[in-house]
Amino acid sequence: MKTENQKAWFFVLPVLLLVAFNALIPMMTVVNYSVQETFGDNIFFWEGLTWFEQILRSDRFHAALGRQFMFTFLILIIEVPLGIAIALAMPRQGFWVPVCLVLMALPMLIPWNVVGAMWNIFALPDIGLLGYFLNHVLGINYDMTQDPIAAWVTIITMDVWHWTSLVVLLAYAGLVSIPEAYYQAAKIDGASNWSVFRFIQLPKMKNVLTIAILLRFMDSFNIYTEPFVLTGGGPGNSTTLLSIDLVKIALGQFDLGPAAAMSLIYFAITLFVSWLFYTLMTKDDLN
Amino acid sequence: MLSWMAWTWPTALVFIGLFSAIGLLTVIEIKYPGGAERKGILGLVTTRGDRLFLTCLGTSFIFLAWLGLVGMPLWAPLGISIGWGILCFWKV
Repeated sequence: MKTENQKAWFFVLPVLLLVAFNALIPMMTVVNYSVQETFGDNIFFWEGLTWFEQILRSDRFHAALGRQFMFTFLILIIEVPLGIAIALAMPRQGFWVPVCLVLMALPMLIPWNVVGAMWNIFALPDIGLLGYFLNHVLGINYDMTQDPIAAWVTIITMDVWHWTSLVVLLAYAGLVSIPEAYYQAAKIDGASNWSVFRFIQLPKMKNVLTIAILLRFMDSFNIYTEPFVLTGGGPGNSTTLLSIDLVKIALGQFDLGPAAAMSLIYFAITLFVSWLFYTLMTKDDLN
Repeated sequence: MLSWMAWTWPTALVFIGLFSAIGLLTVIEIKYPGGAERKGILGLVTTRGDRLFLTCLGTSFIFLAWLGLVGMPLWAPLGISIGWGILCFWKV
């Protein structure tokens, strides 16, 4: 006997077609490119798995991958706790709620390339507000165009400035959904602020934080525009993240085969880490 | 019409295999609904779809690791991957 109506699946079809058109078919083309060599004119030569072998053994790829993990790790350990802290400090009711929400949403409304350009000008040592202040007022030797550490500090700060709001807004949404009764019960039991956070607020925020961490992981792992506009991958190669290196290979050197192989490896890593995060964070709910 | 996609037989076979597997799972799901959910050796609750996903993801990493660390030929990782697939559907 049929107990479920399966007609709803047909409503998913348009999305499936759209995804096929904008993701699946281009992806298949990348797979095809990754085993061939081309010099343009739509003429291809079979190469087998040469490009994969070449990319997997290249120091350049290892270095870019290392920088990419470093970048993602740093922004996650800064943005997630900072976002939670700001969300906890925000008012839950009254006049200041919409003001805070709008202020928080502002950085996310700015296009990525504009964020890169803004921070570039902001951080330039001689004319930028931040660069000039650090160098000439505080006397700190800071030049993101010459010094790799300064460049890293700048791209991390820029990403924190741009995307902590996302964590804040999601964590805040989780916080306001907690019924007052929980806090009252905690008060009667004489719970400390830390216990309230640990046993009421954090578990209630878990689902939205899972989404926040996943989104920030995927976004930061695939980041291109902001660091490209800010540092162009320099000085040297010190801020050349995976996607910047990928574009250099694909468009700069027109090595489409190796670039396709590299993007598939990149995709597999993103898929695996996303799966791992999601599985670990939802494990207890499902069991 | 499809020349811009630069198809080759080996890559086409990969996709035919992948879509056949998804198609086969759909047929099995219609016949035996519920996805054969169970808690496997990884401590995760998995369905048939999850097990196929883990098989494919694991296979790609087995091959990539072998290519990076050892190189051609690829018979050994093929064997490991088949073993991994059997393990996924049997125990995970």
